[in-house]
Amino acid sequence: MKDNRKNKKDISNPWLEAWDRLKKNKLGRMGLILVGILITTAILAPIIAPYSFKEQNILKRYQPPSRQHLLGTDELGRDILSRIIYGARISLQIGLISISISLLVGVTLGLIAGYYGGIWDMVIMRFMDIMLAFPAILLAIAIVAILGPQLQNAMIAISIVNVPRFARLIRSSTLSVKNSDYINAARGIGSNDLRIILYHVLPNSMAPLVVQTTLSIATAILEAAALSFLGLGAQPPTPEWGAMLSDARSSLQMAPWVAAFPGLAIMFGVLGFNLLGDGLRDALDPKMINI
Amino acid sequence: MLNYTLKRIIALLPIIIGVTIAIFLLVHLVPGDPAKTMLGERATPESIKAVRESMGLNDPLYVQFSRYVNKLIHGDLGRSVISNEPVINEIKVRFPATFELALFGMLFAVIVGIPVGIIAATHHNSWFDNISMMGALFGVSMPIFWLGLMFIWIFAVILKILPPSSRLSVGIALHPITNIYLLDSIIQGSWAAFWDSLKHLILPATVMGTIPLAIIARMTRSSMLEVLKKDYIRTAYAKGLTERVVVYKHALRNALIPIITVVGLQFGLLLGGAVLTETIFSWPGLGKYLLTGIYARDFPVVQGVVLFFAIVFVIVNLIVDLSYSLIDPQINYN
Repeated sequence: MKDNRKNKKDISNPWLEAWDRLKKNKLGRMGLILVGILITTAILAPIIAPYSFKEQNILKRYQPPSRQHLLGTDELGRDILSRIIYGARISLQIGLISISISLLVGVTLGLIAGYYGGIWDMVIMRFMDIMLAFPAILLAIAIVAILGPQLQNAMIAISIVNVPRFARLIRSSTLSVKNSDYINAARGIGSNDLRIILYHVLPNSMAPLVVQTTLSIATAILEAAALSFLGLGAQPPTPEWGAMLSDARSSLQMAPWVAAFPGLAIMFGVLGFNLLGDGLRDALDPKMINI
Repeated sequence: MLNYTLKRIIALLPIIIGVTIAIFLLVHLVPGDPAKTMLGERATPESIKAVRESMGLNDPLYVQFSRYVNKLIHGDLGRSVISNEPVINEIKVRFPATFELALFGMLFAVIVGIPVGIIAATHHNSWFDNISMMGALFGVSMPIFWLGLMFIWIFAVILKILPPSSRLSVGIALHPITNIYLLDSIIQGSWAAFWDSLKHLILPATVMGTIPLAIIARMTRSSMLEVLKKDYIRTAYAKGLTERVVVYKHALRNALIPIITVVGLQFGLLLGGAVLTETIFSWPGLGKYLLTGIYARDFPVVQGVVLFFAIVFVIVNLIVDLSYSLIDPQINYN
């Protein structure tokens, strides 16, 4: 009942309509819940974590899951649950910060290439093609190899490898509207390029951009975990999920829980953003047949 | 077709040149003196000078670049700073190991992924469809290095049925010819070596194939669903053909193009993603070599392997493009 009323009232706003559709989509709702849990955990980490993430207790090393330590302890006797909870902060930060940078750089390059065309288009897009000639994780590894293994550098690498996707997306949607009547009209009444781009071109690409951003955050979290696992990202004692897995390799035989739980955390974090991205795609594009 | 192939190869040249420049510049993007960074704790003024000299870092950039390209054309990827071995020799030995692993990973993904996708599409919205698509979502979200550790724990530690690492058990003799062990053991007629290397392949190949499997299954399903709605499928059913013939002869063939694209793209990515799988399973391939090079700050190794991977990736994508016309006779490039 309530929903019906709301629908009628908000019918003019496509974003609110999409939000309603997202909430009705089973998988999208699941994604929303998982991402919600991740964000809440990250914000409330100091309150909900039962222990500190760096509190060591050698006497209690490699304890299996118990009532005191729900997910057990690691090789230094640190509480795994607490480390995973704090790890949510790091993974979320990596995802948000590195993708924001990719978004900013990629969108700017894509807009310039698409809107101005010509030599700009050629130079920028050839450059993107060259970046796409490398498998993403390999390019990220190469960049970290040069800059040095640090979480900050891993984030820079992840930002760089995700730029081409945004640039391509924005370029093609810019090209599709560049010569449409409403853009010509805006130009006719004297709007300058910046105004046209910000008020007319960009809003038109918003829907695919939101979807791409959400899915890219999932990829970024996974890539960062992979880099840290290889020892090229977050360094100990940072409670990064991938780094925790890397530490757990040597104790797999005697303490498999040390490896099991951080991996599950990565999986559900990534799954959340993937489901949300898929859900948003369906919600923002009502014309698409839902198969 | 020949014309089109040539055109595509020529179009690739600027990309390959760009990739080469990018990789050449890698060393020059190192903060500070690359020779000093490479030597780390072993750096003395003399050793720095020696490394700078041997890598030609004192020459102007364009001289260095033309020398680099000249060497590349002659198949010289430089020498490892640590072992002083030519990088290309190591690639020759190690690439077959990576290739064997990626090939089996892909085989697993295709053999399982395509049938799962077809069944999910023909039984749209059934329990099978729902469960397999949920599984595929988990598959693309899974950190494969974690999956690898869990597989080792289950199959090697608890069940003890599969070996956790390396390519061959100690005590099994195999003389490397192609360095693709399954092939080598067949050539030498050693069934013991064949079974042993196959057993070593199962875990890493399955782990490597997981993400492609999930992506191939999803793509097959959506491509099949698209085709199954078409009029000619209804016509085929109407004229009394069995479901088998309609699905496999009429629908699958037309649904195949996007599937092939995904398979090819994933195979290229798989080769690059070998770093993770090879690290977990101590697989002596190129990915592991690259990582050793990074840890040791051995830049010629890093440059050589990354360049090699990038070129393989570009070539695989080219082959995928060219294969379209073989599958779909409607595509005519001339």
